[in-house]
Amino acid sequence: MAATTDVIPQILTKHENYLLGQWLAKLTASGVEVGDKTELNDQARRFVAGLRKGSEGGRPDNISGPEWADARAVLEDVSRSGTMRGATPSQIATFVFSLKEPLFELLRRENGSDAGKLAGEIWTATQLLDRLGLYTTEIFQRSREEVIARQQDELLELSTPVVKLWEGVLALPIIGTLDSARTQVVMENLLQEIVNSGAEIAIVDITGVPTVDTVVAQHLLKTISAARLMGADCIISGIRPQIAQTIVHLGVELSVVSKATMADAFALALRRLGKTITDRERKSPVKAD
Amino acid sequence: MEQIPILRIGDCLLVSIQVDMHDRLAMALQDDLTNKVVQTRARGVMIDISALEIVDSFIGRMLNNIASMARVLDAVTVVVGMRPAVAITLVELGLGLSGVKTALDVDKGLALIRHLIDEGEGGALDRRQE
Repeated sequence: MAATTDVIPQILTKHENYLLGQWLAKLTASGVEVGDKTELNDQARRFVAGLRKGSEGGRPDNISGPEWADARAVLEDVSRSGTMRGATPSQIATFVFSLKEPLFELLRRENGSDAGKLAGEIWTATQLLDRLGLYTTEIFQRSREEVIARQQDELLELSTPVVKLWEGVLALPIIGTLDSARTQVVMENLLQEIVNSGAEIAIVDITGVPTVDTVVAQHLLKTISAARLMGADCIISGIRPQIAQTIVHLGVELSVVSKATMADAFALALRRLGKTITDRERKSPVKAD
Repeated sequence: MEQIPILRIGDCLLVSIQVDMHDRLAMALQDDLTNKVVQTRARGVMIDISALEIVDSFIGRMLNNIASMARVLDAVTVVVGMRPAVAITLVELGLGLSGVKTALDVDKGLALIRHLIDEGEGGALDRRQE
């Protein structure tokens, strides 16, 4: 189909206000949750202007060209504000698709006598608007993916703290499953902290690890032997009864000292450092100090 | 030919590896070290690798060998000063250096050697457990 674009910019110039009025009425009538009225008006006006500029200079079958930059910018704006309002991708795409009806009506009015030409114009216009509509969905998806990637990074950082319990004793509470990417981060954090604090004992607490299979155990052992190479002994703590059973059933050999709770592990660490904890005689049963 | 110096601190020997190891140097080091252990009747050997940015399987094996040789001569071996990146690489290579004792720095290494020697004589262990 030949790309006959000369009629569309004409219409857009001649009937701009009529088109805008009809379009906004359609948008409101479609029941789509629209944000600020004045913002919507402004976006609609800018989009029609961008559409005219694009259809005058560029090809309607390639909206990634520089002529369509204005139209694309408006759609990015619409998509972003829609996402912030919590609109769905189809609601955002409706912004573009609801322009079809008034635009087609105007096309019919202009080419009413020539059915063949009318069909051609409508085909061009519908292709163009479909592309622009899909573009909003693309933007929506891209912004979602950015959010997901950022959250993953943050999660990775947040979920691997290394805590100093005592002079020379570090604790590494692991929350969530250990995959190879996380093991890398956990290992780096732990080793760096061993260097910084000169710790001799590291307690790896796996209370927050939902399951320990052979892969997780392997990653755990990797972390422990890396810490050992740095001269720090490791104690595994927080092994739940169920996990103890799984470890034995799978035949995983955890060749390190393990304790049921972090408290036990900490007590062992203090004993190894030659520290003792004693009960002070209490005069009255109130809180200490 | 370049040579790796072996320093004596009391009854310990300190070896600081600061150059790239190759076969001949490693053999010379093993030779020198075993001689020195016998000469000085040293009870501990400390190998400082804090200057090494790359430790491959060759150096890993050499460290294991030195530890085994020293053990035969009744001396304990402690590797000190490994960098975090080196530790991660070794673990990824599957080299846990399980035959070698490790410590974070020279200071902690000396303390560990002292403890291991005492433990070997059965003194410190009992003291610690009390």
